[in-house]
Amino acid sequence: MTSTAVIQLFVFLLAGFVGFQTITRIPPLLHTPLMAATNAISGISLVASLVLAGTNQGLLSTVLGTIAVGCATANVVGGFLITDRMLAMFKPQRLEAKESLNS
Amino acid sequence: MITTGIQLAYLSAAALFVMALRSLGQPTTARRGMQMAAFGMLVAVCATLVDQRILSYEWLTVGLIAGGLIGYPLGMWVPMTAMPQRIAFSHAFGALAATLVGVGEYLHGFDEETLTHGKTIALGFEVFLGALTVTGSLMAFGKLQELLPGAPITFRGQNLFNLSLFAVGLACLVWLIVSPYSVPLFVAILAIGLVIGILMVMPIGGADMPVVVSLLNSYAGLAAVATGFALDNNILIVVGALDGASGFILSMAMSKAMNRSFTNVLFGAFGTEAGMSEASQGAVGEMVAIEPEDAALRLAFARRVIIVPGYGLAVAQAQHQVRELADLLEKRDVDVRFAIHPVAGRMPGHMNVLLAEAGISYDKLFDMEDINERFSDADVALVIGANDVVNPAARTNRSSPIYGMPILNVQDAKSIIVLKRGRGKGFSGVENDLFVSPKTNMLFGDAKQSLAQLANEVKQA
Repeated sequence: MTSTAVIQLFVFLLAGFVGFQTITRIPPLLHTPLMAATNAISGISLVASLVLAGTNQGLLSTVLGTIAVGCATANVVGGFLITDRMLAMFKPQRLEAKESLNS
Repeated sequence: MITTGIQLAYLSAAALFVMALRSLGQPTTARRGMQMAAFGMLVAVCATLVDQRILSYEWLTVGLIAGGLIGYPLGMWVPMTAMPQRIAFSHAFGALAATLVGVGEYLHGFDEETLTHGKTIALGFEVFLGALTVTGSLMAFGKLQELLPGAPITFRGQNLFNLSLFAVGLACLVWLIVSPYSVPLFVAILAIGLVIGILMVMPIGGADMPVVVSLLNSYAGLAAVATGFALDNNILIVVGALDGASGFILSMAMSKAMNRSFTNVLFGAFGTEAGMSEASQGAVGEMVAIEPEDAALRLAFARRVIIVPGYGLAVAQAQHQVRELADLLEKRDVDVRFAIHPVAGRMPGHMNVLLAEAGISYDKLFDMEDINERFSDADVALVIGANDVVNPAARTNRSSPIYGMPILNVQDAKSIIVLKRGRGKGFSGVENDLFVSPKTNMLFGDAKQSLAQLANEVKQA
């Protein structure tokens, strides 16, 4: 096992732990936006696809890479847009409503 | 120099992603956090574009533009009720990207003869998990969109067959590590992954789809982790781990809320049928119907009302009617709250999104744990199109198939009005004692019309 592989395992372990801790704190209220958000963020495989599509390793690799770029971009663009659309709908009680309750 | 710059850009993107997930802990900070994550993504992508390994930009521009054109409608035009299918569909996209990258990298390594054992195991895992997620998600999408029959499709020896296929896949993987250059093995792993994805989702019924969709989320994350290992790319590992953890936590939460163990959901298409037959006894008594006028009066003169929306509300598209009713009641100084069961919608948190879309503010939406003890103070509990999640048998009747499932304590309310389409049973086929309780009145009819009638009557009261 190379030392890079060991470091990568450390990164995986720690990131998994951070993910677990952070995500257990997210209330069920926001679980759907969470799924949309992780979907958008997982579009990070775009960075791998970009390298594959742009390295001129022969036609097949380029075509595979281009499709991958398309899929990943669709996830990034669509994912962030829909998450934002959803989160914009979560509004606290309107101010007037609060005032009328107090008076 | 450029390489260091790119790595630093990735590092900051990873930090922004983690902070974004943290900001999702509260609705007030969530939106800003996600915008920062989007910025992080932009940074990571721009940094990758200056990578010296990229020699030509034509194809990649084509891909980016095509992806943007597909992504925009997926983001802006999909209605909120279609969220579960939308998410399943984009899992397929994400996994497809990971799979194709895996295949491309394998080809590359094959040509240059740079396939090490370590890289091969990562690529094998990536392609296996990726392929399985692609077809699995498409199946889930088909079932949720009702392009495919929602009922479980089963055949004899199915679990044995699936497990042996899975074992064959793993054997191919091990063999591939030993001899990295045998292309047929790689192709076999890809093919087996694709087939397992289909077989895995086929026997799972439409109602269990939330668990499956979350689980596929987790697999897509693990595929991304494998990509990271194969390409020595830390940001893929970090993001994949976050994604995997999120999917895992959500699928656990959903199975718990449905009173099913993980294994039971995955292998349990047979178990549910056995549960149904023994459930036919129970509930004795008559359901007592109520007229909309009387129900409206009771609501209008209550002090505290808790509304329990179920999936029937979403089916009837009655979110806006329920908000109208809630607004009218609040004008009369009635304290209105919504009690949301974890599986009220078709995916984790779905009902919250549907109600928020209708303009109900999130501080009126309460999770099960937060509202359960308040039912005893409520004058009226208004149950709209929910059945199993309010069935007291889950607490009291040991022989009931839903025994042990966490439920909303609607039976503690001083009086209960249930809006229901007809006298039939819920999807689990279990009789509901709540509906025949002396405290309960039933208002039969389409939820949308009933709510509109109620609102009308409340206005006149």
